[in-house]
Amino acid sequence: MPAVSKGDGMRGLAVFISDIRNCKSKEAEIKRINKELANIRSKFKGDKALDGYSKKKYVCKLLFIFLLGHDIDFGHMEAVNLLSSNRYTEKQIGYLFISVLVNSNSELIRLINNAIKNDLASRNPTFMGLALHCIANVGSREMAEAFAGEIPKILVAGDTMDSVKQSAALCLLRLYRASPDLVPMGDWTSRVVHLLNDQHLGVVTAATSLVTTLAQKNPEEFKTSVSLAVSRLSRIVTSASTDLQDYTYYFVPAPWLSVKLLRLLQCYPPPEDPAVRGRLTECLETILNKAQEPPKSKKVQHSNAKNAVLFEAISLIIHHDSEPNLLVRACNQLGQFLQHRETNLRYLALESMCTLASSEFSHEAVKTHIDTVINALKTERDVSVRQRAVDLLYAMCDRSNAQQIVAEMLSYLETADYSIREEIVLKVAILAEKYAVDYTWYVDTILNLIRIAGDYVSEEVWYRVIQIVINRDDVQGYAAKTVFEALQAPACHENLVKVGGYILGEFGNLIAGDPRSSPLIQFNLLHSKFHLCSVPTRALLLSTYIKFVNLFPEVKTTIQDVLRSDSQLKNADVELQQRAVEYLRLSTVASTDILATVLEEMPPFPERESSILAKLKKKKGPSTVTDLEEAKRERSVDVNGGPEPAPASASAASTPSPSADLLGLGAAPPAPPGPPPSASGLLVDVFSDSASAVAPLAPGSEDNFARFVCKNNGVLFENQLLQIGLKSEFRQNLGRMFIFYGNKTSTQFLNFTPTLICTDDLQANLNLQTKPVDPTVDGGAQVQQVVNIECVSDFTEAPVLNIQFRYGGTFQNVSVKLPITLNKFFQPTEMASQDFFQRWKQLSNPQQEVQNIFKAKHPMDTEITKAKIIGFGSALLEEVDPNPANFVGAGIIHTKTTQIGCLLRLEPNLQAQMYRLTLRTSKDTVSQRLCDLLSEQF
Amino acid sequence: MCSFLEWRDLKIVYKRYASLYFCCAIEDQDNELITLEIIHRYVELLDKYFGSVCELDIIFNFEKAYFILDEFLLGGEVQETSKKNVLKAIEQADLLQEPRHEYFNVPVY
Repeated sequence: MPAVSKGDGMRGLAVFISDIRNCKSKEAEIKRINKELANIRSKFKGDKALDGYSKKKYVCKLLFIFLLGHDIDFGHMEAVNLLSSNRYTEKQIGYLFISVLVNSNSELIRLINNAIKNDLASRNPTFMGLALHCIANVGSREMAEAFAGEIPKILVAGDTMDSVKQSAALCLLRLYRASPDLVPMGDWTSRVVHLLNDQHLGVVTAATSLVTTLAQKNPEEFKTSVSLAVSRLSRIVTSASTDLQDYTYYFVPAPWLSVKLLRLLQCYPPPEDPAVRGRLTECLETILNKAQEPPKSKKVQHSNAKNAVLFEAISLIIHHDSEPNLLVRACNQLGQFLQHRETNLRYLALESMCTLASSEFSHEAVKTHIDTVINALKTERDVSVRQRAVDLLYAMCDRSNAQQIVAEMLSYLETADYSIREEIVLKVAILAEKYAVDYTWYVDTILNLIRIAGDYVSEEVWYRVIQIVINRDDVQGYAAKTVFEALQAPACHENLVKVGGYILGEFGNLIAGDPRSSPLIQFNLLHSKFHLCSVPTRALLLSTYIKFVNLFPEVKTTIQDVLRSDSQLKNADVELQQRAVEYLRLSTVASTDILATVLEEMPPFPERESSILAKLKKKKGPSTVTDLEEAKRERSVDVNGGPEPAPASASAASTPSPSADLLGLGAAPPAPPGPPPSASGLLVDVFSDSASAVAPLAPGSEDNFARFVCKNNGVLFENQLLQIGLKSEFRQNLGRMFIFYGNKTSTQFLNFTPTLICTDDLQANLNLQTKPVDPTVDGGAQVQQVVNIECVSDFTEAPVLNIQFRYGGTFQNVSVKLPITLNKFFQPTEMASQDFFQRWKQLSNPQQEVQNIFKAKHPMDTEITKAKIIGFGSALLEEVDPNPANFVGAGIIHTKTTQIGCLLRLEPNLQAQMYRLTLRTSKDTVSQRLCDLLSEQF
Repeated sequence: MCSFLEWRDLKIVYKRYASLYFCCAIEDQDNELITLEIIHRYVELLDKYFGSVCELDIIFNFEKAYFILDEFLLGGEVQETSKKNVLKAIEQADLLQEPRHEYFNVPVY
């Protein structure tokens, strides 16, 4: 054990840490921790009052145990007690515990805030510092409510010490980020701006962060910060490296402050005042000049700090996008970095160049580095850097270099990391389409994509190639010939079979004249792949066959034989069987004319405005893609002399997918065209990573939710891919819910992750426990998840079940409300009329009664109403109400903490088709919730 | 190797010192290189305070590591970059410690 170095040692803590470190196994460690927890618990509960030192030591041990990854559910009160200690170290440990382990227990928050308030008012700078650090680390809404008014005063008061000012500035920043609505703007804002002029560079550093964040949202109010920031920056960059003393870092003057000032300036357009503007341009030039000077130190810290400022300056130059001279200089500087021996610099240069490529002034200059970037793609050892190189190639692509860039990306794809293949496939597909002058090149490129990385070609990509081929008759013959040749390969990707099947079904006639690709040969070629394919592809091929019947009468009997075979007509898959039956019938009964009409060539797909670019912008951030993408599009419109074909995305979502042809008999669309909320077929969705936000609730979720209030089993959600079924049972305050996830498709779901989401409020009142499910759900399979439920106290909201998974190439995200409602914890109570009315009268406090008068939404049927009240969970009491038409119920809601007696009365009015529902319970929130839930049922 | 990697919507900037990795998660707009130097400055502060800091110092005095961090970084932003000023604040706090003899003869558990 090392000697405790400084300050006061807590010997018991050091011994405990040594013990833990000496544990030979995880089990031994847990045993030691449990022993310690029991010891601490008994000390805290013991009759003997603990002295401050012991309390501090035990709180510190709890903190250590928490940091090892164990839950701590006690000790908060003792930590709060420490806050009011007069001893600095005890207070300090108390604050640390609160900062690390804050808990939304409202009683404690009040106590904590009280202690903080006292310390803020103490005028003792070290105590004030501790309190401010705690607020900044926790940053909760409650704290913002309590202190957002006070901290600005501390910040701008004349007698506040510098170190306290620094903490106050960043504390306010944290509160503003968390709860901007609670931080009032006022007189203090102008005084904060003037802190940029402060003599103490530490104060300036903290204030610059605050002003930057405030200026982003209130640019007008903080406008004066621009000239102050420029003059401060100018003084820093022109200072000698010794002027700033301890704020110089490895010979670089105040690098952190410089970066922050440059960041602040990026909240504004170039300064209007010519003097300020000139001074800023000088600063930026100085920074660029310094990059060319020999380094003052060989240490990496020196070059990192210097280049951090340089990159931030380049960001500002790109942001202003107004000085061609500076932009080109920036580009040249980045060009040097592209070949630097430091990997980090190469990475950052590629990244910054990506944004430079979007400036009209520097786009051409960026393009001159194409060979270096291509070389980076081939030779970089670090995948992060290669990824940046792909991004930059994509950003610098235009008509002049598209062929070269697409070819390089294709060849890189053969060896690319699996993690980025899908993205590259999409980028290639987008570029190939956008810059195709010659659509034969486009067709070749996409077929190559499928050949090289078929598994990563999402459905949208092959849909798109089909749309383009159908919409452009100049490429149809070439496409037919090319897919025919590609299909000759002994093993080809299923996506190629899909494209091939579709294109030959439409345009096989264009190559049928050549005896090497006669109708029969075409058919045999496709059919040789049939048995290796999945159901959706086979379904598509069956549609191709019926199209052949129309195109090539000479193969009709061959095809009819195939359709008639048992493996088709009696196929276990309903879709295949139905197609075989219907197509066979169609080919037998329909005249040639009818066949020709029914099986006519597909009409062109409607051309639509691109939604890819908008999506890409969203993904890549507004600064990077915006202008140039727009400009590029305009340019290419000129070249094409007409509107571009809609890039790949629009189709799948808004027009029927190309395989959904033929009177609706056609191939089952493998991707759902319907609206599973985020399951959109948009090509660019694939860019978004699976770790994305929770989807909004699925449409109809509320209705489904209401259906479960009075019953426990059924289907909660269903779309084309997924079905969610529920089965649940409740007893007293406990319950168990079985959730069944059914994969309705024949394709595996990957990364299947259901998550239960509860608000903090709900979490405090409802305890849900579940285990993760297997991330892979096979086609047609069902997996089950069990949720154990404990009702701690009455609650109003419902948990949300969010499900994320990958289906084919697309990311799916579904949210539904999970019907765990307060009434599930009802136990019915039978009682006689007299008892009922006696209790009814006892619950006569106005808050205890909630009444709702509402219109009937369903037919007013007595038996159904009775069943619903029983399903709701209360007992249905007969012969209690003097009016036999009324319904009366009674029961007890069980929660862990209390039991709540509930009485209800429902009075139907048939004439008016209305109900009056009255709830009386011993708790107002319960009356309200039950009334809301039950009102929705009739 | 590159010291930056993308993780969800964030970037992880990391640096290794002996067997310890120091990581920062930053947002898209943040400056990667200056973040690397934030890590380095923090390690320098630990080093100066403990005197040739090693992993065990941080484990056995984890609360100190927190206190130093709070003086240097607050709310995700650099508060004070001057090494002298940060250490001065910590040392002043150490001076406020109660004299050690008070704690002798206190039972370990």
